[in-house]
Amino acid sequence: MAIENKTVESIPAITIRFAGDSGDGMQLVGTRFTDTSAIFGNDLATLPAFPAEIRAPQGTIAGVSSFQVQIADFDILTPGDNPDVLVAMNPAALKAHLHDLAPNGMLILNEDAFDEKNITKAGYKVDPRESGELDGYRVFGVPMEKLTKEALEEFDLPGRAVLRSKNMIALGLISWTFNRPIEDTENWINAKFSKLPEIAKANVKALKTGYNFGITVEAFHHTYIVEKASLPPGEYTNINGNIGLSWGLIAAAEKADLGLFYGSYPITPASDILHELSKHKNFNVITFQAEDEIAAAAASVGASFTGKLAVTGTSGPGLALKSETISLALSAELPLVVVNVQRGGPSTGLPTKPEQSDLLFAMYGRHGESPLPVVAAKSPSHAFFAAYEAARIALKYMTPVILLSDNYVATGSEPWQLPDTETLNKLDTNIITKLNTEDGFLPFLRNVDTFARPWALPGTPGLEYRVGGLEKEEGTGNVSYDSANHQYMTDMRAWKVSNIANDIDKLELHGDESADTLVLGWGSTYGGITQAVNRLNEKGVKVASAHFVHLNPFPDNTQELLSKFKQIIIPELNTGQLLKLVREAFLVDARGINKVAGEPFTAQELTDKIEEIINE
Amino acid sequence: MSKVPVSYKRTDMQSDQEVKWCPGCGDYTLLASVQNFMAEMGISKEKIVFVSGIGCAARFPYYMNTYGVHSIHGRAPAVATGVSVANPDLSVWIVSGDGDSLSIGGNHLIHALRKNVNIKILMFNNQIYGLTKGQYSPTSEEGKKTKSSPFGSVEMPLNPMSLALGAEATFVARSIDMDRDLTANILEEAKNHKGSAFVEIYQNCNVFNDKAFEQLTNKETKVANKINLVHGEKTVFGEDGHKAVVIRNGVAQIVDTKDVDESEIYVHNIHEENPSIAFSLSRLSHGPYGPTPLGVFRKVQRDSFTEEVHGQIDMAKEQKGEGELDKLIRSLGTWDVS
Repeated sequence: MAIENKTVESIPAITIRFAGDSGDGMQLVGTRFTDTSAIFGNDLATLPAFPAEIRAPQGTIAGVSSFQVQIADFDILTPGDNPDVLVAMNPAALKAHLHDLAPNGMLILNEDAFDEKNITKAGYKVDPRESGELDGYRVFGVPMEKLTKEALEEFDLPGRAVLRSKNMIALGLISWTFNRPIEDTENWINAKFSKLPEIAKANVKALKTGYNFGITVEAFHHTYIVEKASLPPGEYTNINGNIGLSWGLIAAAEKADLGLFYGSYPITPASDILHELSKHKNFNVITFQAEDEIAAAAASVGASFTGKLAVTGTSGPGLALKSETISLALSAELPLVVVNVQRGGPSTGLPTKPEQSDLLFAMYGRHGESPLPVVAAKSPSHAFFAAYEAARIALKYMTPVILLSDNYVATGSEPWQLPDTETLNKLDTNIITKLNTEDGFLPFLRNVDTFARPWALPGTPGLEYRVGGLEKEEGTGNVSYDSANHQYMTDMRAWKVSNIANDIDKLELHGDESADTLVLGWGSTYGGITQAVNRLNEKGVKVASAHFVHLNPFPDNTQELLSKFKQIIIPELNTGQLLKLVREAFLVDARGINKVAGEPFTAQELTDKIEEIINE
Repeated sequence: MSKVPVSYKRTDMQSDQEVKWCPGCGDYTLLASVQNFMAEMGISKEKIVFVSGIGCAARFPYYMNTYGVHSIHGRAPAVATGVSVANPDLSVWIVSGDGDSLSIGGNHLIHALRKNVNIKILMFNNQIYGLTKGQYSPTSEEGKKTKSSPFGSVEMPLNPMSLALGAEATFVARSIDMDRDLTANILEEAKNHKGSAFVEIYQNCNVFNDKAFEQLTNKETKVANKINLVHGEKTVFGEDGHKAVVIRNGVAQIVDTKDVDESEIYVHNIHEENPSIAFSLSRLSHGPYGPTPLGVFRKVQRDSFTEEVHGQIDMAKEQKGEGELDKLIRSLGTWDVS
């Protein structure tokens, strides 16, 4: 489109935040803008944030939902710190998010929503547009509701339905401002509303109206472009952690030649794994929406006994309920992947906010001596591999494995370079079909390398055996109350897990390897930590980082790697849980950077805090 | 379910583990009944899985020479659901008790029944917690004095038949440990039932709740108290059939046979779709303290959860073809970076 007086400024990266009422369709606008940018070839990362209530009271701060995306022409790791652009659909959205907007940031307001009622509801005493508090920002008032009503006059739609399209005005305008084509979204709208052609047409009209508003109004003639990122060559898709994790489980089952069983009870933010897997029954996936969290885990144990790659997924409160059942799987030595998409706790806590506060619970949250492997996904694009790895360990070592994700990994998205599925390693199992001794079948006769017991599946003649939660005699698996045997089996279960340290990727160093300071992390802080270390290295500050994917056992080079550094800093979205584990395991005087505010670290926040500690 | 041409001997069904219930426990009779039945059930033993929770009865799988899981308290129906859907070719049996099924595991029980998972649940009801040495259970009678209720239990007991029927179980039956023939008949009816079968079996705990079922086992009282429910037959009981069951305004009542027209006597129909009459029969007794119906209350056909789950998988494969990983990971749209 040739506009005579249009200028296009090329910028390396931009962070945009869309904020509005939870019914305003901000998640949708954000996702569409993200997908268009992904197809264009930007690197990107997203951070959706929404209230725990489905429709909190309209116009209030409690009801504000937002979606932040950073797009860049270079390799980025986080959804950005302070947004450069804030789209606020009402006064509450402005009030909730203005303090994050970067100085001189672009502020696009739906000015039709700034009536007295909404201004008061948001907690403003006076109209913020007149109070001077928007000084220092570039403010663009857009009559989004008026534009929507005018544009959709020709359609025979009720008033409420018309106003629902106002998010498309915002998307159209942002698409214009950042030089994104709208055809892709048009196609998406037409496909989504293929059965409601009037609604499809109305939304397309609103989208175009927003775009054309940019063309027409001089204020928007200075536009921006973020060029393609120079990502490693390959084929990419934009993925969030819940979907990546789901696909990783499907891939693991395929590569182990097993069916997949997923037992779950709906819980935020893990439910999307259940939704995703339910779509893919043609991969021999059985999804079981259980009557409760315990049944979800128990049915998974039954499916594991019967020869499925069994997985049960939940979030913190559900993990608490599954605890006894996980102990059964651990004692019966059955493979089981337990997914915990962490959220803010304790109790119901902050169901839609990220937190890393279940690490110690994953490690120790069972009765008895009950060690099990713990694996954590570090980013949306890593969730596929983390799931694959958790399944590998469970099947190879006949043990439950806890796979930690969190709300940030689960709902955030980023480009994922597709793996060559042919080269994914086949996964070994311990399935046995014949007697393992001349005298009969010994269900607890272990593999000498892995200490895994054989996995005899019902239906296999001659291997009928019983297993349960009572202590088992090594070898026969018969119930045993013998004291020496219990000592042995307790030790064996611990050896079996610690032995896995030899069979996992080593801990790798990132950044300045000659540094005295190491920043150590796990899980979703990966992007923030890595970006902070990059920024500090660019400034000439000597610092390195390392990130755990395996939290139990730790990789076997951990001790050696930590010993190279004088100072170890551990940022976590908890009050210091990895910190405790590392101090205990390696007797190092590590320090924590800790936050439990229902939001991730920003890269700048970490940069500043790490530098502060180094300079002490 | 594949049939084997040969039947087994009872000893083939016995594991090599020593049976460790208290001498005189009703569980011995039931173990013998089940082993005898299984030996001639016509299903290869590698396809039989016993699942249990916790309690005295829950040790049952250890004594069967089949596959077995001794799981955790109350969760057997959930574990068995996983077993059943993971391999629909298996014959899956649960052995449970009144505390296991009706107290800690009540939720799992009702959901397995309503879903009609293809599992057979044998609930040994001794109206007491035995393994924890004698506390009142959810089926103990009101006023029951136990270690945890020294002044008598103040709780209304559950009626397991009413509960199962309320959950719309498709197969509901009751037996008693001493009546081996009745138990064998019910197991035979249950084995080929498509879906969940719930069988309550009164079982004497001679240590903590001896003679709880005496009204139904004592020679002098049992004839007067056992109401045998037989499909297609008039429901009469007592000495020379002098008592009968009639349904009046949908409510089952016990009457003197001589007082009613023969045509009014209830003819039992286990296949009646509407569970109301079966439910009404279950209300004739609230514990084994007077005339108590025994036998199959209800047996109706409904697609089993196990079959339906696999039906959807087959349908998905038919519609979409076998899953392909390469297609899956591209399903959200991709772009190339060169």
